[in-house]
Amino acid sequence: MQVYLDNNATTKVDEKVFEEMTPFFCEMYGNPNSLHSVGSATHPKIAEAFDYLYEGINADDEDDIIITANATEANNWVVKSVWLDRILDGEKNHIITSEVEHPAITAACNYLEKKGVDITYLTVNEEGVLEADAVADAIREDTALVSVMWANNETGKLFPIKEIGAICKEKGVLFHSDATQAIGKVKVDVQDAGVDMISFSAHKFHGPKGVGGLYIKKGVQLSPYMHGGEQMDGRRAGTLDVASIVGMGKAMQLATNTMALAYEINHVGMLRDKLEKAILKIPDTIVIGDTKNRTPNTTLISIKGVEGEAMLWDLNKNGISASTGSACASEDLEANPVMNAFGSDSELAHTGIRFSLSRFNTEEQIDYAIEKIKEAVERLRSISSSYAYTPKNHVSELEHN
Amino acid sequence: MAKASLVGGSIWDEYSNIVVDRMNNPKHQGHITEEEAEAMNATLIVADFGAESCGDAVRLYWAVEKDTDKIVGSKFKSFGCGTAIASSDIMTELCMGKTVDEAVKITNIDVEKAMRDTPDTPAVPPQKMHCSVMAYDVIKKAAATYKGVDAESFEEEFIICECARVTQDTLIDVIKINDLKTIEEIIDFTKAGGFCKSCIKPGGHEAKDIYLEDILKDTREEMERERLTAMANAPKEDKADFASMSMVQKTRAIDAVVEEYVRPMLIMDGGDMELVDIKEENGNFDVYIKYLGACSTCSTGSTGTLYAIESTLKQNLDDRIRVITL
Repeated sequence: MQVYLDNNATTKVDEKVFEEMTPFFCEMYGNPNSLHSVGSATHPKIAEAFDYLYEGINADDEDDIIITANATEANNWVVKSVWLDRILDGEKNHIITSEVEHPAITAACNYLEKKGVDITYLTVNEEGVLEADAVADAIREDTALVSVMWANNETGKLFPIKEIGAICKEKGVLFHSDATQAIGKVKVDVQDAGVDMISFSAHKFHGPKGVGGLYIKKGVQLSPYMHGGEQMDGRRAGTLDVASIVGMGKAMQLATNTMALAYEINHVGMLRDKLEKAILKIPDTIVIGDTKNRTPNTTLISIKGVEGEAMLWDLNKNGISASTGSACASEDLEANPVMNAFGSDSELAHTGIRFSLSRFNTEEQIDYAIEKIKEAVERLRSISSSYAYTPKNHVSELEHN
Repeated sequence: MAKASLVGGSIWDEYSNIVVDRMNNPKHQGHITEEEAEAMNATLIVADFGAESCGDAVRLYWAVEKDTDKIVGSKFKSFGCGTAIASSDIMTELCMGKTVDEAVKITNIDVEKAMRDTPDTPAVPPQKMHCSVMAYDVIKKAAATYKGVDAESFEEEFIICECARVTQDTLIDVIKINDLKTIEEIIDFTKAGGFCKSCIKPGGHEAKDIYLEDILKDTREEMERERLTAMANAPKEDKADFASMSMVQKTRAIDAVVEEYVRPMLIMDGGDMELVDIKEENGNFDVYIKYLGACSTCSTGSTGTLYAIESTLKQNLDDRIRVITL
């Protein structure tokens, strides 16, 4: 059985989305900017897609939602344009973000740091949440931007966006939130939250890869990230990818209506809780971060004595896809910053397994996953040096930092 | 590598069949008890190596036959990824039947080669090579415990890249001999830094005392010092070389001529001079000087004396030198 539990990495395209996109490859392939009917024939569907996008996040018609290639582009656009527009003139030189942001924000901020920009990376508390007070305390006269995520990709923890939005508004600081992991899982209402900008990515809510968006509140000045033609009202050049826009619009509609969100919270949340409870019955397992106020599909679990990548190997053999907080196989070999942010237990950083569900998971799949997870834990603990009986007369060089 | 790097892919696809087999079914996992060792007329040695903080740790159990120093029992436990489990399993197997002195010669390279399906195809992707290093270190630890010595005593040279087992001395030699300027060149020439990349700069899998980028920088600086020293100690430049000298070298050359030929002449009359500046102007070298003492009020300072100084410099250094007084 194949059980896909890595939906925070990417999701399958909903077949209804795929159907909507299909005509725009071989039939309605015109350039929307052309004056002929082959091009203009695409307009009604583009307009419909934009309606879904605006409705999905409750944007005002006077606001802009600019189509980008992905949330990474949207995030980079915000950070680098703030640098171009508000920092290079010398009046402001400070950006506030968190330690646990996606690399699309932290790497862009690291880059600007090398250019002389002062960046504050706020830490999360022991529950894995960024506190609004921490943002308030960090804001200075020269703060140009606050950028913090709506929901954390590893733990699913929701950040107090509305409170942070109010603080930024009061202090007159531009506020951006990366909502990539929030859309389709919780209600994202840009007007209620008081954000100036949010980023999102279609493939995280059963839309296609290679398309995302940046919401920009009316009146917010932001230099274009890509100059060229007059597409997107001159804010982002490049021929419109009609199929992707239509697909993202449909995916947004399917993911954000009231029924969909209720299903996500009830059905997906129920399956997540079932999985989590079953794993927690295995001795020496904990959920990382507080279990309240998080997206309904995500759980990050530490299994003592079981290294994350080894666990993934065993799960993968049994058709189960998950993700690990340990980055043992990546280029930099450092543990995930989210895991490190919890700080106190270094072993924890290498035992984290993230399970992220979607509306396409079934109870049968979860039952199967639970069985295979138990088997994997049993096998790997029988090999584990840190979960074994320790003889008296032996020498140890293990560092328990 | 560029195209392959752009496409990417699962590192698991790059594991050999032996690695996969040992990950799934390690043959030597487990432990040896005191009683079991005693039954083999052996001493039980248990050694740990690694750090859970960096994600990998291994525990090695040896039963060492008391009369022969031969390893007659070898088991392991591991906290680590699949590669760490597989390489620990192979390492444990390689120890079996060897004496402690023979076992300590097993390196991570031996472990990696033993996991290859074919001699020329690496068993694991480059970034996983570090997982086999730990296996080597735990053998040293176990051997040191058995012999009652410091584990460092088995390491004669200072290893910088543990994946490729390249020493600091080797790196310095290769950089100097081949005039290497970049980390990429070092990787090409020595393979150091080409695997887990921890040894290149801080921020990798584990902290090091010294990194490849430090060695490259220090060695390049040392090479530059050696070059300048050689130049300084070389025979006097002939006139044709004055133009190609750096400004510092020109200053030194002029000072040397002044010291040898000009200053003694001026001092005899109660005067002196100092070099103020050198400027390259329209293909000429304008040497600005300031007279000191009696020379500063001498009537021939702008004619005869000036001509003598200029001629001396031209004769010894370059015909294009012009001397200007301030």
